[in-house]
Amino acid sequence: MALSGLEIYKLLPQTNCKDCDFPTCLAFAMKLAAKQVELKDCPHISDEAAEKLASASAPPIRLIKLGGVDGKVEVGNETVLYRHEKTFFHRPGLFLRVRDDEDLEALKAKVAEADAFSVDYVGIDLYLDGFAVEAASGNADSFKKTVAAVIAGSKKPLILIAPEPDLAKAGLEAAEGLRPLLYAANAENWEAMADIAKNADVPLVVHAENLDDMADLTKKLQDRGLEDLVLDPAAGGYLQSLHTFTTLRRLAVKSNFRPLGFPIISFPGAQDGADESLLTAQHIAKYGGFIVIEKFEPAVLYPLLVLRQNIYTDPQKPIQVQPGIYEINNPTDESPLMVTTNFSITYFAIANEIEGTGRPGWLLVADAEGMSVLTAWAAGKFDAERIAKDAKAFGAEDKVSHKKIILPGHVSVLSGELEEELPGWEIMVGPREAVDIGSYLKAMWQA
Amino acid sequence: MTVEIPKEKWSGQVREVTIGATAEDGGTRTQTLTIGGETTLPFLHFEGSIPHRPALAIEIRDRKPDDWSPILLETWGEAMESPAAWAKAAEEAGADLIYLVLSLTTADGEENTPENARRVVREVLDATGLPLAVAGPGQADVDNELIVPVAEEAEGERILLGICEEGNYRTIVAAALANNHLVQSKTPMDVNLSKQLVILISDMGIPLERIVMDPTTGALGYGIEYGYSVMERLRLAALQGDSMTQQPMLVDPGAEAWKVKESKVGEGVPESWGDWQNRALEWEALTASSLVQSGADLLVLRHPDTLKRVKAMIDALLATTA
Ligand code: B12
Ligand code: SF4
Repeated sequence: MALSGLEIYKLLPQTNCKDCDFPTCLAFAMKLAAKQVELKDCPHISDEAAEKLASASAPPIRLIKLGGVDGKVEVGNETVLYRHEKTFFHRPGLFLRVRDDEDLEALKAKVAEADAFSVDYVGIDLYLDGFAVEAASGNADSFKKTVAAVIAGSKKPLILIAPEPDLAKAGLEAAEGLRPLLYAANAENWEAMADIAKNADVPLVVHAENLDDMADLTKKLQDRGLEDLVLDPAAGGYLQSLHTFTTLRRLAVKSNFRPLGFPIISFPGAQDGADESLLTAQHIAKYGGFIVIEKFEPAVLYPLLVLRQNIYTDPQKPIQVQPGIYEINNPTDESPLMVTTNFSITYFAIANEIEGTGRPGWLLVADAEGMSVLTAWAAGKFDAERIAKDAKAFGAEDKVSHKKIILPGHVSVLSGELEEELPGWEIMVGPREAVDIGSYLKAMWQA
Repeated sequence: MTVEIPKEKWSGQVREVTIGATAEDGGTRTQTLTIGGETTLPFLHFEGSIPHRPALAIEIRDRKPDDWSPILLETWGEAMESPAAWAKAAEEAGADLIYLVLSLTTADGEENTPENARRVVREVLDATGLPLAVAGPGQADVDNELIVPVAEEAEGERILLGICEEGNYRTIVAAALANNHLVQSKTPMDVNLSKQLVILISDMGIPLERIVMDPTTGALGYGIEYGYSVMERLRLAALQGDSMTQQPMLVDPGAEAWKVKESKVGEGVPESWGDWQNRALEWEALTASSLVQSGADLLVLRHPDTLKRVKAMIDALLATTA
């Protein structure tokens, strides 16, 4: 959390010596608060004050990076409680749990399937972030073998769930050269775990049953030189995790409470009585960091990944596509020309549907400032003038010879004005919903 | 180290709104539904009170709809042939409220009529003791033509009349005033528009205790994030004491989620979308559960399994003994 100019001023020598090229310490403090100068421009600052200022300007929740053979996950660095205040920055990582006491062949097959899972949502590739491999057998060799098998089957980042130092060491050996997350240090094993994590230079999860103990542990781990920590507050089901995660987020971003300024790891599928997907959804919206799921099921994973994408979209910038004229299924000058807006959801809804019909077509994507058809129309960003302007600017006349243009059914009211704006063109009104474009073209377009 | 748990001090409270009237209050409902009353954000019991649980309504129609997902048609089956049977089935599924939507046309394509609307509302009131909400098909002139007789037919039952929008609220509010009902005030995902319409409606003389605010939502993948954030902002404003945002919030994740391709279509979609039935149910459940987290007080759903799942989640979030 940033300090105000006045708060910074209190930490400066207050001698007004001007060595920083500012007339007063206060003037320098103001510039520093606005991030227009650097701390080192004041040669007289005490070490203690420097440390306070540095930690005050650090992000309230530490950014934790994991790396697999190929591919990475970054979690943390969040600065707000509600997405409308700015945005949520780093989407929580979704990891699938596998255990070293599962049948190895079955496990390999599961990893291969989950690794290959990918789904296109409005042009964004959504996928699982990685695997959480658990040493459930308690046997170091078996853990090592399983970790190696997962790495052979997937290049994604890993979480190593190893309750004991020996197992942790074995898992990290198998994952050498990668940057997995090590789970977990607790009140008993923290010294050994800390040394192992430090040696391997990997982030470490801290497990504690309450926040007081958690803060004690993170302090000790930091004193031992560990900076990359992740919290497992053992938060249980819906209610307790909502309270605990909300408290942790508030402590970090509002109270700037350093000892707990780390991302959270959670296990929504391992909670008695909770519905894994609904609890995962809660953790996506309410402050989860690394989320370990138990079941791989596309019909559940797809909506969860979409939810994560939606919640982490920047509220100031709707997801958009570039305006222009897009080709679908290799169109010719005989193919229909349809118009839509440049809101990604809108564009992909209609473009995918046209593509699915197998019929060639041109899609004029008007610059509607990233708004849906009706929103843009209501906001005056998708009117006849704008459509005509973009049709001309993107050279519609050169693409098609028929001089016909198909409007979305929802804005049929624009057809009269568009006729005036595009003299000599025939304005056709398409169906309201994209799903009906196939039958519409079949009935209305002979080419 | 003792970690101090940060708590917010809110000065505002969401208004309590009661839908339905029992014999004692001049109606015939066997139970009423009270929503609102919170003095904190969703489920943060440690800094305020949540006197009423978020309620779950099931949407039914005056006739079997032409354009619903086959999954829904299969689930409700025979019951969809009669609004009374459908209402009963919804009650058995655990609904707290029946949300009846009148269609634009009758099954044989004729325009819907005030007589038909009256008849259906009477049937539904007779079939179930649950409180009722009734909305028109969503075309201003037809809505008004149907909702006025409905309001008369249900006089004294304190039903929730939908849907008041900026361009069309006077007739519906007048009908609610004349027959002692409540109204649903709907605006397109905007904090200021929500407030404005509540003000316009209350200026007609209806008490704020009879207005439910519908900030509009989008389905998962189709704009849910806008609705989610507008609800969070409205609720924060309410808790900070902004009076005209203090109405309980109604949203309709059922209609939104079942409109999208993911829940409607089983064939010719990417394999990675997974099993159709499961996906469709997840779509509604995740849309609804996310809106519960952002402050919904009343959610309209379409599938009974969604109701069961979301209800279990709400139960857990209210189990404060833990
Ligand atoms: C999300 C949303 C918003 C978001 C914006 C999202 C965005 N980036 O566009 C926000 C909250 C910002 C917003 C704001 C407003 N909104 Co708005 N919003 C919606 C909402 C809920 C969903 C819109 C959406 O994303 N739909 C999904 C997309 C994919 O739909 P679509 O673009 O129409 O595309 C479909 C079809 O049109 C078709 N299609 C698309 N292209 C083509 C092309 C062809 C050739 C064919 C045949 C078909 C076709 O395929 C798609 C799938 O079927 C709707 C209500 C609803 N549930 O629909 C209201 C809605 C569109 N909004 C509305 C309004 C009034 C507004 C505001 C003007 C309110 C205000 N006064 O401030 C503002 C305007 C914005 C501004 N800056 O001024 C009204 C419009 C009313 C009307 N009929 O004119 C609606 C309908 C709500 C309502 N019932 O009142 N809104
Ligand atoms: S150099 Fe440091 S001490 Fe001197 S005026 Fe600038 S801020 Fe103050």
